[in-house]
Parts: sequence; C-alpha cells; structure tokens
Amino acid sequence: MPRRQQLKNTQRERRQYKRRMIYCLLFVSALIGVIVYRYSHLQLIDYDIYKTQSDRNRIQLLPLPPKRGLIFDRNGELLAENIPSYTLTLTRERIKSLDDTLAAIAEIIALDESDVEQFERRLRHRRPYQGIPLKFRLTEEEIAKLAVNSYRLPGVEVDAQLVRHYPKGELFAHLLGYVGRISEKELEVIDPVNYSGTDFIGKIGIEKYYEDLLHGIVGYQNAESNAHGRILRVLEQHDPLPGGDIQLHVDSQVQEVAFSAMAGRRGAVVAIDPRSGGVIAMVSTPSYDTNQFVNGISSKDYQALSGDRNLPLFNRALQGQYPPASTVKPIWGLAGLYYGVVSPNTRFVDPGWFSLPNDERRYRDWKVGGHGYSINLEQAVEQSCDVYYYELAYRLGIDRLHDFGVRFGLGNATGIDTTNERRGLMPSREWKENVYGGHWYPGETINIGIGQGFMLTTPLQLAVATSVLASQGELRAPRLLAAVDGQPVQAPLLGKIEDVSQADWNAVRASMEAVIYGQRGTARGLQRGLEYTLAAKTGTAQVVSIAADEKYDAEALAIAKRDHALFIAFAPAEKPEIAVAVVIENGEHGGSVAGPVARAVIDAYLLGDTSAKALKMSREDSDE
Amino acid sequence: MSNTDFVRQLPNSHGTMPRERSLSQRLRIDPVLLFLLLLLAGTGLFVLYSASDGSQAAVMRQGRYMSVAFVVMIIVAQFHPEQIRRWAPAGFVICVLMLLAVEFVGVGAKGAQRWLSLGGFRFQPSELAKLMLPITVAWYLSSHPLPPNWRFTAGSLVIIGLPTVLVAMQPDLGTSILVAAAGFFVLFLAGLSWWFILSGIGALALAAWPMWTFVLHDYQRRRILTMLDPEGDKLGAGWNIIQSKTAIGSGGFEGKGWMLGTQSHLDFLPESHTDFIIAVLAEEFGLRGVLLLLLLYGLIILRGMWIAAQAKHSFGRLLGGSIILTFFVYVFVNMGMVSGLLPVVGVPLPLVSQGGTSLVSLLIGFGILMGIFADERLVHQ
Repeated sequence: MPRRQQLKNTQRERRQYKRRMIYCLLFVSALIGVIVYRYSHLQLIDYDIYKTQSDRNRIQLLPLPPKRGLIFDRNGELLAENIPSYTLTLTRERIKSLDDTLAAIAEIIALDESDVEQFERRLRHRRPYQGIPLKFRLTEEEIAKLAVNSYRLPGVEVDAQLVRHYPKGELFAHLLGYVGRISEKELEVIDPVNYSGTDFIGKIGIEKYYEDLLHGIVGYQNAESNAHGRILRVLEQHDPLPGGDIQLHVDSQVQEVAFSAMAGRRGAVVAIDPRSGGVIAMVSTPSYDTNQFVNGISSKDYQALSGDRNLPLFNRALQGQYPPASTVKPIWGLAGLYYGVVSPNTRFVDPGWFSLPNDERRYRDWKVGGHGYSINLEQAVEQSCDVYYYELAYRLGIDRLHDFGVRFGLGNATGIDTTNERRGLMPSREWKENVYGGHWYPGETINIGIGQGFMLTTPLQLAVATSVLASQGELRAPRLLAAVDGQPVQAPLLGKIEDVSQADWNAVRASMEAVIYGQRGTARGLQRGLEYTLAAKTGTAQVVSIAADEKYDAEALAIAKRDHALFIAFAPAEKPEIAVAVVIENGEHGGSVAGPVARAVIDAYLLGDTSAKALKMSREDSDE
Repeated sequence: MSNTDFVRQLPNSHGTMPRERSLSQRLRIDPVLLFLLLLLAGTGLFVLYSASDGSQAAVMRQGRYMSVAFVVMIIVAQFHPEQIRRWAPAGFVICVLMLLAVEFVGVGAKGAQRWLSLGGFRFQPSELAKLMLPITVAWYLSSHPLPPNWRFTAGSLVIIGLPTVLVAMQPDLGTSILVAAAGFFVLFLAGLSWWFILSGIGALALAAWPMWTFVLHDYQRRRILTMLDPEGDKLGAGWNIIQSKTAIGSGGFEGKGWMLGTQSHLDFLPESHTDFIIAVLAEEFGLRGVLLLLLLYGLIILRGMWIAAQAKHSFGRLLGGSIILTFFVYVFVNMGMVSGLLPVVGVPLPLVSQGGTSLVSLLIGFGILMGIFADERLVHQ
C-alpha cells in the first residue's frame, strides 16, 4: 500500500451521491414524461386512427361469391353444374417458411410434384393475402388429417368451395367451353368488386360469352374475425345474387348421336333449327374433357392434348375453314335463276371438262367422261355436275357470286353467341386486290363455281347457309342460348332474301331432294327407310390441288392429303325443322361418309331415333 | 472504508436494542415498498387474467411464481449489506463462469443460447448477472474513496464489460443492455467524472456505425429498422409493433373495458401476456390505466431512491440506487418498445408480464433494497 493514504470523506461522498441521485431523478422524470407523452399521443391524438384500424382489424368485409348459373339443354338436362370441392390453400403472407410448410404437409397427405409445381406457378400470379390452392378435391381422410395438424400449420387451410363440373365432359367440350382460375391478364379487365370472391371465370365458349349472365352479383358480409382470419361472428350480411341459369337450344341426345356418329374421326357436325336459328347440336371431334381445365391442367396432360396430331383442342365447328366444295352448288344454282343467267330448263353440255374461251386449260369434271350432253339445274345438283357449274359461274361472274354468297352468310361471321368464330372466305375482286394486290382472273371464278379455289367456310357457316336454303331466305344468327331463368331469348334475324321467287326456291329444293331420291342422286344411298323428306347436297373438297390433267388417286395419297367429305341437308324438305352440315376431314366421300352422319342426326332429332341406323346401313353397304 | 468502521454500525455491537419492534421491523421489511409491490403484482394478475383470455390456470401459475418470489425477497432481506458485500467477488466469478458455460453447453431457443440446464432445472445466468454486476461494481468502488479515479473507473469498466459482452454474445441484446446499465448506474452514482461520461457518449456515437455493420445480428438490425418503419414489413417483423400500437391507440382515454380488448382477445396482439402485456392494459383501461400504472411505478422508484439515499454506507447507497434505477430501465424499455419508441428487445414489464425468472431476480433486488432499509432503521434507532 502506498503511504499516501486516501481517506474516505463520508460527508463529501454522501453530498455527491445526493447530487447524482437528483440528476437521476430528473433523468427518470424526463423519461417518464416521454412515456406519458407517447401514450397520450397514441391514445388521445391518434385515437381515431387506431380505433378505425382496430375495427378494420376486427371486422372484415368478406365478399360472398355468387353461385354460378347452371347450364341445361333444351330438355332440362344438366350440362354444367357446381359441385362442392375441398381445396387445400396456403396464404403466403401468413407462412414463415414455405419449404418447411410444404414439407410438413407432404408428411400428412400425398403431394404430387405437379401439385407443387402448379402451386408455385399460381403463387407468382396471386393477389396479396389470397389463399393459393395447393391440392384440389381433398378426400374426407385428407381433410381429417389436415384438421388434426392445423395447429402447427398456420396459413394452411382447407377451403370448401363450389367448383364447376361438366357431367358430359368431352361431349360438350367445344360447345360449352370451360371456366378456369382468373389469370393476371383477366384481373385487369374484370370488375374487381364483383369478382372479389370469385376464383373462376369463363375462359372460352359459352362460359366465356355469357360470363356476365352466369356469374351473378357478389354479396358481402361484415364479420368479426381473429388474426388468423377465422370468422367468429357475422355482424351483417348481404346475400349475393346468383348467376342466371341458362337453357340452350342444344338437344343432348342429338349431340350424343352426332358425337358417336363421328366415331372419333376429325371433323364437325352442326345442326340448326332454321325456324329459330337455335343450335340443336354442335360437335367437333376429336374432343377432350373440359373438367381437367377447371382447376388448371398439368403441363404433361396439356402437352399431350396440344401435341395430339388430331388437334382435339381445335374447335372445327367454328374455326375449321374448309372449301365448301359442291355443297355450295344449290346456292349458285339459285343465283343463276335469280340473276336470270339460267332457267330451270337451261341445259349445258358436259363432255367431262370445261375451258374458257381463248384458254387451253381444261377444268375437269369429277366424273371422267362427264355427265352427258344435256344437263339442267336439277340434274347438275343431283349428280353434282362440275362442268354445269363451271359454265354457270363463268356466266355469273365473281361479283354476282360474291354478292349472292354473302346473302347466305358466306364470308362473314355468323354472329353465334360464343367465342372464337372464324369468318371463312367469300372472295371478291376487292379482296384479291387488297390481299394479293392483283387482278381477278376468270379462271378463279370457275373454281368458285364448285366451291373451291379461294373459298373457305366453317361447318357452322355451312349449317347457316343450309338453314337459309331451308327457310327459303331467312338468315339468322345461330343461337345457343334459348332461355335465361325460364325467359326465352330470340335469335336476331340478320336478313331476309325476299326478291327470289318462290318458283326458284322450289326448283332448288327439288334439286336437293333429287340428291336423295334421284336415280343418279349422289346420296341416294340414304333414302332407304327414310320417314321424312330429305333435301341434301354432298361435297368433296380437294385438300391438295390436282394438276389439270392429273388423275386423283386416293390410294396413293397420304391420309392427310385425302379429300374432305362434306354434306349439307335439311328436313322435312317441305317444312324444314332442322338443317345440318357435316364435315369429315379426309373422309373422301361426301355422300357415303358424311351423309349417314347427317341422317343419324336428323333421325335422332325428328324421330327421336338414336339408333343411328343410317350409319349401320352405310356400313352394310360398304361391306357388300 | 475500513472494517472497524463497519463493525461499529452493526446492531449487536451497538447495544441499544429497541424495546418493541414491529412485525415489519422484525422481518426487516419496508411496509410501504411491500404494499406498493403487492399492489403492482395484483394489478399484474388482474391484467394477465384478461391477456390470457380468462385462463385461471395461467393466473394461478403466475400467482404461485409471485408467492415464491416474494418469499425469496423476504429471505434476501434478512441478509445484511455487509454480508452481500463479502460474497461479491466469489459471486462475480461464479456468475462469469456460468455465462461462459452457457456459451459452450447452454440450451438454445429461437437461435439464442441463454439457458443452463442444471438437473432438470433451467436457469438463465444472465439474470444472475443483472444482480451480481452492480453488487460487484459497488463492492469494488465502495472500498476506496469516491469519486473513483481513472484507475478505478477503468477497473469498473472491465468488471462491467466482461458479463455484458458474454450476455450480448448469447445473443441477448435486451438483457445485456440491462446488465450494462446496472453497472453504469453504480459508476455514475459513485461520482464518475462528467468529462468521462461525455467522452463516453461521444465514443459510442462514433462506434455506432461499426456496431451496426459488424456486431449486430441480422435480426437485431431488422428490429431496429422495424421500429423506425413498421409499415415496411406489415405481416413480418412490423406486425407486432403495428398491432401493439393499434391496441394502445384504440384504447383511448377510457379503454374498452376489462376483458373487452379486441386486439388482444382476437389474437391480433402477439405476446399479449408476456412482453406486450402493457398493450392489453392500455387497450382495456385506456390512458387512465396507463397513468395509474406509471404512478405506481413512480412511487416504487421514489421509495427505492429514498431508501438508497438513506443508506449510511457507500456500498448500500451505490447498490440500492443501481437496483432501483435498473428497475426503472425495465419499465422504460418495455413501455417504450411496445409503443414503438424503442426497438423490440425482449424486456418484460416488471411484475406484470407473465414469467418467473425475471420476477424472482427483480424481487431479489427489492430484497436487497429492504435489507439496506432495515439496517438503516436500526442505525437510526
């Protein structure tokens, strides 16, 4: 110890301590003042803000999604319904570690890789705080297992909701379309309020076209909920307005007959009631099951569908564009009569080919050697004489052909009440000028005469044109929708051909009846066992152009290059109730391949005979 | 101070025993402080009942903890400050060893190692450090003339630094601040020169940037950022602060009524029965309730300061002052962090928040304070 002993001065130390303690007291008082100020500020000045925020916390305005309208066929058979489905949803904002949570769920229930893959895709396109589905259609057992483990899986919930279901699957795929989860793009377009509780939206077909009608109007409820979003008490409720139930003109029995008559071949069948424009059946084959699109199709399944060479996703009835070929002949015949170019008795010579004046090119008839030296209109339709129509088209000229074709709806959208319709093509000088920048050549008119060349029609357009023939002049927009909530909906009349004489109409109709009943009718095979009068026209559309002097050899051509088989018909001929158009890709023979399909459809509609006996007969014929 | 100096003041050597001693005197208890503490504890149970959604089990459990803690307090009050002073060096060494043990064999929870498991009994050595540090610094400084010269100041800083760094490494920033504060209060009360205090503050300000970059853990930085901008991460780290501010603010002046707080009862408020319990009180009893609680704390602090200031010996004075000031730091940090003034550091609201460990260590502190008070009264008589 150093000698310089420091002595404690108790008095001095005590004085100093008291001074220091007073500093502390001041410091403590100041800090308590800060706390008092802080709490007063929160509780007095900002009270309103926090009161509102607390109420907003507590009371949630929850949208109540409306029930989507049901879809029925004309007989009240259900085509689209809503079935309860239990979905496992994850709210990203409430989950700390997504990987851990997914791993924990995978231990409880089976999770596919595709489930997770699609979940992660949906996760990128979500609204904040939205529950993102991970797995659909949970079983009772899975729901129970999840319920037991829910305490350790915050942000994971089992959500019960109504999900669209199409009981008839692929039968109505192209006609109804389907709903799917709302995409980011659609989110920008839709009314965010009305869709605040809705997960699904019509993507294509009727589901899309009548989205507004089917969706309904959102309701809401004020509910008190806790921080986990669990609803404890409903304070106020405003019910949603359910979407309209709609009834279609479609007859599912006829649809089914048409579908099975196609037997998986590539093609389309469209049947229209010429009196109302109502679509009785509309089939595109092959088809697919729309139910797999509702909750998002896996990429593997989608690749299988989109990579299928038969293009099942392609709606041939509305989007397939085919040359109408000879099915256009009754219309051109009527044009000839209307413009006075020919009379029913005008006769042309058919040596088997036609050539323009001062041109050596020969336009060949499908029948080698031709149909004879004296062919009138009726015979030309009955036997589908090409040379007659080469001559007729040449005399009419492209302008009159175009104008008359347009009056039958050719080259224009039919205005059907669904999505993605194509317009086909009814060429004109103007069109050629615009698209190719060149003159119209007379040879091109000759091809139009037999519905080839530039001409393209969709099966729906063919059915509409047939319907105009059947109703003798009434051009109606085809209608799928028959009634909303029991209230019938009228199809708009787009135009009426009134300046064609009744005699001319009758002459054309007679020529179409001759196709069935004539001795040389190209579809005379169909007359057996007919219980009504049928008027029809066959068609065989070239897929590849055949050089003028070349002979068509079906055997040598690859299937994809074979001719398309077409057929139009209406019945009963004198008072038509149904007009049908059938296209079978690479079917080759309009009369014997497409014809029986049309007859099966008409049998089913007019007679309720769904046995499709016409198909059996035609099969027997070919067996003979 | 010499030992003879102390002996003179011991009661049995003084010889003048009072004729009649009241119960509180015999138990060496300050009835005023005890009354205030019991009132506070009762308030705590009352609020806890609501915060735990009317769980009697939770209240009973906390009530048992409190009973144990009050008994411990009375036991501690029986020790004379001189005895505590004598144990200081050994206690400090044990405390530091335990903190080191936590580093190597500690039990972890939520990414931090804070616990030591002793035969099934879990124990948090950092709680011991909160008590041992002011005792040790007071022991170190009081044996020499005050104010401390630079050598003793430096020595004290070493004593403070060692446990503070060890606790901060667990990592437990909240507790290390409390530990360091307890030590600094002793130094300050001992008369630490202002020159040193001011230059210390300056050095801290300069060290803030390297601290932020190199010393603080990610989660600690996030907490500070969250305090500055809770809206930045509404459902993550900001959630707690937004919800607790909403709870406090929506209470208004009068409050929503006992058991009627929507923020707490509908689970919006996190940690509502532990660190954030003040938000429950503020929501249900409003500003009135908050002010009454602050009044209660203020009275306890005033009484504590008065007791410390009366102590005859610098050891009791320094230790008593530090204990009561640390108690205030608890109150300030907790109420500050819940209301969004300070970052969330995990400091409970003394005697109100649920939990046994901090309760026991707080009441041990009050036990020491009562021991100082009892000695003081004997001296007077």
